[in-house]
Amino acid sequence: MRDVAVIGVGLTEFGELWDKSFRQLIAEAGSKAIFDAGVGVREIDALYIGSMSTGRFIGQEHVGALVADHAGFSHLHIPSIRVESACASGGLAVRQGYLSVASGINDVVVVGGIEKMTDVTGNAASDILATSMDQEWETFFGATYAGIYAMIANRHMHEYGTTREQLAQVAVKNHANGALNSYAQFKRPIDIKSVLNAPMVASPLGMLDCSPLSDGAAAVVLCSMDKAKKYTDKPVKIIGSGQASDMMPLHGRDNLCTFEATVYAAKAAYKQAGIQPKDVDVAEVHDCFTIAEILAVEDLGFVKKGDGGKAIENKITSLDGQIPVNTSGGLKAKGHPVGATGVAQIAEVVFQLREEADKRQVKDAKIGLTHNIGGGGASCVVHVLEAMRK
Amino acid sequence: MTDAAVPRFWREIPQRYNLIANQCSVCNKVYFPPREYCPYCRRKSIGKMKNIKLSGKGEVVTYTMIHDAPEQFEGQAPYPIAIIKLDEGPKLTAQIVDCDNKDVKIGMKVQSTFRKIQEDGWVGAIYYGYKFKPVK
Amino acid sequence: MTKNNSIGIVSYGAHVPRYRIKSFDIARAWGKDPDTIINGLGINEKSVPSLDQDVATISVEAARAALARCDIDPQDIGAIYVGSESHPYAVKPTGTIVGEAIGATPDLKVADYEFACKAGTAAIQSCMALVKAGMAKYGLAIGSDTSQAAPGDALEYAASAGGAAFIIGEKNVIASINYTCSFTTDTPDFWRREGRKYPSHGGRFTGEPAYFRHIVSSTKNLMTHVGTKPEDYDYAIFHQPNGKFPVRVAKMLGFTPGQVKQGLLCPFIGNTYSGSSMLGLASVLDVAKPGDRIMVTSYGSGAGSDSFDITVTENIEKMNREKAPMVSQLIENKEYIDYATYAKFRDLLYWE
Repeated sequence: MRDVAVIGVGLTEFGELWDKSFRQLIAEAGSKAIFDAGVGVREIDALYIGSMSTGRFIGQEHVGALVADHAGFSHLHIPSIRVESACASGGLAVRQGYLSVASGINDVVVVGGIEKMTDVTGNAASDILATSMDQEWETFFGATYAGIYAMIANRHMHEYGTTREQLAQVAVKNHANGALNSYAQFKRPIDIKSVLNAPMVASPLGMLDCSPLSDGAAAVVLCSMDKAKKYTDKPVKIIGSGQASDMMPLHGRDNLCTFEATVYAAKAAYKQAGIQPKDVDVAEVHDCFTIAEILAVEDLGFVKKGDGGKAIENKITSLDGQIPVNTSGGLKAKGHPVGATGVAQIAEVVFQLREEADKRQVKDAKIGLTHNIGGGGASCVVHVLEAMRK
Repeated sequence: MTDAAVPRFWREIPQRYNLIANQCSVCNKVYFPPREYCPYCRRKSIGKMKNIKLSGKGEVVTYTMIHDAPEQFEGQAPYPIAIIKLDEGPKLTAQIVDCDNKDVKIGMKVQSTFRKIQEDGWVGAIYYGYKFKPVK
Repeated sequence: MTKNNSIGIVSYGAHVPRYRIKSFDIARAWGKDPDTIINGLGINEKSVPSLDQDVATISVEAARAALARCDIDPQDIGAIYVGSESHPYAVKPTGTIVGEAIGATPDLKVADYEFACKAGTAAIQSCMALVKAGMAKYGLAIGSDTSQAAPGDALEYAASAGGAAFIIGEKNVIASINYTCSFTTDTPDFWRREGRKYPSHGGRFTGEPAYFRHIVSSTKNLMTHVGTKPEDYDYAIFHQPNGKFPVRVAKMLGFTPGQVKQGLLCPFIGNTYSGSSMLGLASVLDVAKPGDRIMVTSYGSGAGSDSFDITVTENIEKMNREKAPMVSQLIENKEYIDYATYAKFRDLLYWE
């Protein structure tokens, strides 16, 4: 297996983008990434596209082919692969692209992640997001996406004494970071009181504990390490890639306060990278709900199980903390166009490792991690990246 | 006309009406809903999975009050959804009924009951199944 | 008229939903004087089904309660007839849902019955006939309703929800049905047209030519042919559209308020329509002793009455009645709601 580098990234703004269609968004992100990489169109071997539910959001399947067309590749007839793993579709697309380059099948690939969620009503979008859960045995009986995470939160509070205030602090931190990110959907800080007083969605999670519905796209260009220097003097090497699955319904798992899929995906990525959790300088984790970030910092090994609430309270994961988490604003403030998220996480880590993160820059960031979860934790993709700058 | 997947929910009537689970004859683990084979005993369990009817007795492991409900459940909001561990071992997700929302607790003992789960609009089919009520 | 000694009730079960609304709150919603209403109708409060309860769920609860009190194998139930005027589907029987839920399928005869408030007692008669003919070892007869009343209509104080199930057989009966007869005419006192949400009625026409005529005639016919007098009975149960009619018709026939009391549930749970007489009978069976004699006459608009002469056997002492909720427990297990919640539950406000 050969080394793989990220040589270019591109993002659209995230938000309610009424004027931009699915096709326009992916074309924009893709072209930005290719331009950033400086590769020629004929050097690209394949496209990998992560998107959760184009069939229900925009009534369109066969999206690999569609994107190849709108990204201007159809006349070159290159392979284009659509990848799906609910909210981890983007991260999984990155992994599939990475594996194809690492194995020698491709030299240069573009990985795009996209979701266009506002062409349907809010209620319809919530229903579609719920298809990432067990439709027969969870949502059929009245559980919602937020409800599943709320049940995790209640159990975590019961077992470890985590408080609503600690959950709220996750949202506050991420909004503070998002305010520094020009791509973010929400660029305004919020305070704890607003989070605690926001309308209830599924107790204890209120509206501001939940990531929004968003449109957006992100893309990265992956290249074999030996070729990467041709294009950039700041390649970012993927040093670890892990993926894991778990029982589909939350109730199928023995431990409701741990995402085993995260634990196993991270273990594999850390092992491949030859690092420990404490070696990570900056991390983009999957905060679809505030509780999800609390679980993530525990399951990724940044803190002990049960200490996630204390970690946020003690500002360990703040921008200037021991291990800054979600410098981009996370899913909460940056936005969560589902399929785009996993790829956008790579983009943010790349910005950090290339020292291009502007006011969000973490000092001396050498090793970064991305963590992308599908649905209620039934799948997880973790990547570890290393700066190759001198 | 309704496009809804009637056969898909009809197939699960034994599970939703009567909590029909199955048990691996090799390791005795109980599965709800039933599995084609035991994930642990694998090929040794093929043809050796026995249907069993669960008692419906269990305990609340965690719960939430759903405020922002899907359309079919709107009139009932806020309602409790819980993960319940049944006495025979498996866990499932269901609504809690016949109980003040503020009285739902982790550890609460519950018993299954037969209720309407949802309807496919005004003209589609009605789906019945399990909800859980507190046991004195 | 049917005379038989061995056929009767093997087991019984009841169900009443938990929610209640007081007549006081309904009256206030419509600007009526609560005292006048309560005194006139003799109904203090009525049961209300929640959004997830309907005739199918109530019937299943009642049927499961009946099975809990006896040892029979559900596969030995040869027929299920559910009588209601608020079946969840206009076409697709409630009986098959019950059959599946109690494990009686697939060797089973099923149909749904309609005869306003006496559909359930008609089901009892059919089950008796099937058992007598040897066409079923046991028959399950259910009367249950979640009837709707038009908002602001007088019926709104009474129309409630509940049901009872009776397993009919000829072995080890806890109460033998000695005789049953019916009195039936084409009398349009109360009806609901196909596709319409709420019933219509003939006002005072529903009294003397309808309710009273049929109940009195049917009961008198039965007593004439059996050779009994009102004082031979320990309990008398009549259909209960309000808290007053059953007491009045009892008096007209020569029964005392004391005989009617145990079966009179309307003041506490309203008129459960097809469940009405059946729940009254269940309430009596909850306390009955061997040798007790019971008169039941139901009434269904349209119109007709079914009368039953019942004698409780020793087998009732062998039955553990505590294995399922008694009617008194169902009545006491309650939670009050206001008119707004009632309107939401009863779907009084349409929205698309």
